[in-house]
Amino acid sequence: MSFIEYGDTIKDGDTAIVFLGHESMFPVKVQHGSVTQTKYGVIRHSTDLIGKKYGSKVTCSKGGWVFILHPTPELWTMNLPHRTQILYSTDISIITMMLELKPGSIVCESGTGSGSLSHALIRTVAPTGHLYTVEFHQQRAEKAREEFREHGVEHLVTVTNQDVCKNGFGVSSIADAVFLDIPSPWEAIGHAKAALKVEGGRICSFSPCIEQVQRTCLAMEEHGFTEINTLEILLRVYNVRTISLQIPDLGKVSEDNSSIGFDSSNPSNQGSPCTNPQQGTVQFKSAVPLREMVGHTGYLTFATKS
Amino acid sequence: VMEGGAGPGPRIREGDCAVLKRGDVFKAVPVLRRRKIIFEKQWFYLDNAIGHIYGTTFEVTSGGNLQLKQEMEETTTETKEAGTDNRNIVDDGKSQKLTHDDIKALKDKGIKGQEIVQQLIENSTTFRDKTEFSQDKYIKKKKKKYEAVITIVRPSTRILSTMYYAREPGKINHLRYDTLAQMLTLGNIRAGNKMIVMETCAGLVLGAVMERMGGYGSIIQMYPGGGPVRAATSCFGFPKTFFDNLHEFPLSKVDSLLSGTFSTESLPSEPEDSALVEEESNGSIDGKQPSVQETEAESTAETAMERNQIEEPETMDMNTEDTGFKENQGKENKENVQEKQRKQQERKKKLIEAAALLREKNADGLIVASKFHPTPLLLSLLEFVAPSRPFVVYCQYKEPLLECYTKLRERGGVINLKLSETWLRSYQVLPDRSHPKLTMSGGGGYLLSGITVVSDKSKSDLGNLEELKIEEPSSKKRKVQDLHC
Repeated sequence: MSFIEYGDTIKDGDTAIVFLGHESMFPVKVQHGSVTQTKYGVIRHSTDLIGKKYGSKVTCSKGGWVFILHPTPELWTMNLPHRTQILYSTDISIITMMLELKPGSIVCESGTGSGSLSHALIRTVAPTGHLYTVEFHQQRAEKAREEFREHGVEHLVTVTNQDVCKNGFGVSSIADAVFLDIPSPWEAIGHAKAALKVEGGRICSFSPCIEQVQRTCLAMEEHGFTEINTLEILLRVYNVRTISLQIPDLGKVSEDNSSIGFDSSNPSNQGSPCTNPQQGTVQFKSAVPLREMVGHTGYLTFATKS
Repeated sequence: VMEGGAGPGPRIREGDCAVLKRGDVFKAVPVLRRRKIIFEKQWFYLDNAIGHIYGTTFEVTSGGNLQLKQEMEETTTETKEAGTDNRNIVDDGKSQKLTHDDIKALKDKGIKGQEIVQQLIENSTTFRDKTEFSQDKYIKKKKKKYEAVITIVRPSTRILSTMYYAREPGKINHLRYDTLAQMLTLGNIRAGNKMIVMETCAGLVLGAVMERMGGYGSIIQMYPGGGPVRAATSCFGFPKTFFDNLHEFPLSKVDSLLSGTFSTESLPSEPEDSALVEEESNGSIDGKQPSVQETEAESTAETAMERNQIEEPETMDMNTEDTGFKENQGKENKENVQEKQRKQQERKKKLIEAAALLREKNADGLIVASKFHPTPLLLSLLEFVAPSRPFVVYCQYKEPLLECYTKLRERGGVINLKLSETWLRSYQVLPDRSHPKLTMSGGGGYLLSGITVVSDKSKSDLGNLEELKIEEPSSKKRKVQDLHC
């Protein structure tokens, strides 16, 4: 396995994802002799994991079962240990596309944070690109290096422990794209411009507050960036439910269905009719929004250096 | 990895597919000498652009040629005079003293756009009464209209998906670009994968997948009818090598492949035009294989007005006209027949190769974005995907995905099913004037995504897990009852 290449069978040293059910999963470091506790019982790595196909069902000691999944940056984002607030796949998707990233791209990122976006960027630029990521917090920088090593992607990424606003990304005129997720991005715009290729490139700044965005847009304009564009993207998830609604008793006297009102047995009255005339209910499938949805993550500002 | 000529950055070359950009309006055109281009109410030739780096901005001269945009002094309004609000400003349409003819005369004299804007300001009786913000807005608006600058940009998924959504959303089943972005990430599209793609989006989705794979790995494109439409794919400008591992397979043979009765007899018949164009395409742009339907659509006058972004009646200039067509008609019949037979053999060989790849049932993912009902596509194409791999299906409408979801649950072998859509909102960011620009929510389509697992053909792979968790009764406040239909 690797975060940049699929493998078929689980091997010693892999990072695998244990899937217990709807949105319930966690990562596990596969090791000979190790044991993992789940609410369905124990998983013994040597017998239950190593050598099995990814996607297999594994029965735990108490009888319940789980699935073992191959890691991807998206699964990693949902399961990684948070050291900071992270970016989720919805934002990551639009960032990747708007920065025009692809295999071979050179990207600069700051701050590294918990490495959520980093893993996704590495995946996209592999096998010939590179990620230069800057983190001013020493332990976080070290933890990130460790994770990249464990995940077999260290050759595609360079972690630098410094303040991007003071010292930049540590490279100049080589990046196709720069990404900023820091408190004062306007202070790093100059460094971003220096890191980008002479002939141009793309930049993205992520900020939760509109005031930060205003200052950043101004800074981008002052540094000659064009095509400055701010947007936000929100994910709306639906649950698929079979819903049953009762037909109200309006006190109808007649036995037959010739009444003027709602005729539940008429197929044209609902999408997929599943009527129960005796109980007076109508069933249908519906995409039901979740009770709460994420209303804001941050504003994404994109621009071009030409 | 694609490189341009010597020097920094890829350069505009003859034969390229380039994208013209003015503000938010894009148009894809072939770069050909002495070929008149119409874009944003302007006519010009691209000849002078050849050799420049992509991203360069040009102006159109009165002769219809491009010249580099000069760096100009910003328009300064010497009079810092401004009003406080618009209570006394009456919009009687008479505040501008210059007439249409006056302005036209200025244009004909070759006066630069910036100067025209200055003239408009000086001849506006109400300008000095406007608030500073209003003046700013006025200047921006006039600049947009009279300073005709065009940037030539290199095609990419970002550019082409934005362009298609604005200009011809019908061709891509109204797949909005942020939705496409989600698909590429959810599907873990990357170098080295073996992907199955089924799309009827003019080849845009295929192109996006190819861009993210960088020429590594392989793609099997499933297609309906006689052949895949790849009009948009050719706009990306991929090097020839990217197409070495691009295969195609007809949907009409999927059933036979799954049941083991596949044979190369009775290949799906190609539309007449497509066969002929194939023969001529030796010298023209790579990978361009428009079907008959595509040709007809492109020659239809564009009537849909997407806000104010489409102004010309024609669609994109990537049309199927080819001067080689006339030459072909003069060929000898015998050569034609032999050529056709050779092509037929070639097709058979490729078909067998694609079938073999599919039969391995180890694809790394599945992407579906078509006008067809997604359920039958998913149920059959998932058979070719390895376990623990993501799949994503796009549909313009929600309801077919509800059915798809249900059928997938019944089939088993999939987990983490998620039905979603994204909302996208643009912002105007200006000092003291920041606010959302426009909401595009609700128009971008829906996605159903999931992960395959080893299926053990028992009633439900999820048994104790998924059924209980997903079908948990919702909050008591809602007062609806969940029943299994």
